[in-house]
Amino acid sequence: MNKDTNALKEEVIRISGANPLKCMRCGKCSATCPAYDEMEYHPHQFVNMIENGDIEPLMASDSLYKCLTCFACVERCPRGVEPAKLIEAVRLITVRQQGMNHLTADAVPALLDEDMPQQAIVSAFRKYTK
Amino acid sequence: MKVSYFPGCTLKNKAKDLDVYARKCAEALGITLEEIEEWQCCGGVFTTSRDEIATKLSSVRALKAAKEKEQPLVTVCSACHNVIKQTNHAMRDAEFADKVNRYMNEEESYDGSTAVYHYLEMLRDLVGFDTLKEKVVNPQKGKKIAAYYGCLLLRPGNVMQMDDPENPRIMEDFIRAIGAEPVYYAYRNECCGGYIAMESRESAKKKSNRVTENAVGCGAEAIVTACPLCRYNLEKSGSSVPVIYFTELLAEALGVKEDSHE
Repeated sequence: MNKDTNALKEEVIRISGANPLKCMRCGKCSATCPAYDEMEYHPHQFVNMIENGDIEPLMASDSLYKCLTCFACVERCPRGVEPAKLIEAVRLITVRQQGMNHLTADAVPALLDEDMPQQAIVSAFRKYTK
Repeated sequence: MKVSYFPGCTLKNKAKDLDVYARKCAEALGITLEEIEEWQCCGGVFTTSRDEIATKLSSVRALKAAKEKEQPLVTVCSACHNVIKQTNHAMRDAEFADKVNRYMNEEESYDGSTAVYHYLEMLRDLVGFDTLKEKVVNPQKGKKIAAYYGCLLLRPGNVMQMDDPENPRIMEDFIRAIGAEPVYYAYRNECCGGYIAMESRESAKKKSNRVTENAVGCGAEAIVTACPLCRYNLEKSGSSVPVIYFTELLAEALGVKEDSHE
């Protein structure tokens, strides 16, 4: 593991407050994830890859934006690993980079219909944009 | 009794019904919802990262406003409730609270001491479902209603503490109190797809369909929710039964539905 990789891992662990080392690899997080079949990397892989410092592939993956932050994985993990918090940390260190916003204000009008609640717009912005 | 009330952005726009019925029904039950002055949008989702401060300030301001009036803070929208309750919990961590208080730089600091109630908790804990039952003038007899909790009301369970996150009963008890019959189904606390609907209607539809098909398959004639985004996703995904706000059903039961749109 080179220094940069280690630094990324430390940052994910620091801002998430979660500890991937607690994982016993039962796979329950992925089994209960409602977005599982749309993800390139599944919740249990996020946990394992973060533990191994293999974070750059996660930062480049669309899986970051498939997580719904529904916290099913957090609630049901028998070891209290909190995978959604780890995924959120990787998403944040990605969108906090210059020019890496996943959603831009200009793109929003085309995504709306007349019934779309404001809640959807502000939530998507908070998750996808910095 | 007077309580501080945080309506949120959507209740002022696309979900006006949720707000109007909530106010009318609270009055009928002897509680005045006093809207917090100059409240700001909660942001819709709680950012779990510990180093995020600015995104939590609007919730802290609302919590602080309630504390200054020595009132509990009541929310109706599931998202506002989740964000404000999780922020309140975060403010009980001295290190985090210290950073927030320094950032806000106000005379009085805030320590997470405001009591936060979702409207359903207000009905259960401040009014009481037995009292509610006595106030019902139009019992919703024979209606088979599926309670949809989604994710925001219950999780994370150790913070939200509304109910057992895997086997909740507060909405079913509410449905019983207004004279209807609750329908139990497996997907009542699974996610509707939430904000993914912005990017991919199809993706949200997959999740929402699992919920509505399961509820209808178990005999539901209607689905109730507290969340505007859940309602939007379930409806847009083609639910074969009506998806309604729990406050609308409450207004019908309390006989105040007609004069809610004066």
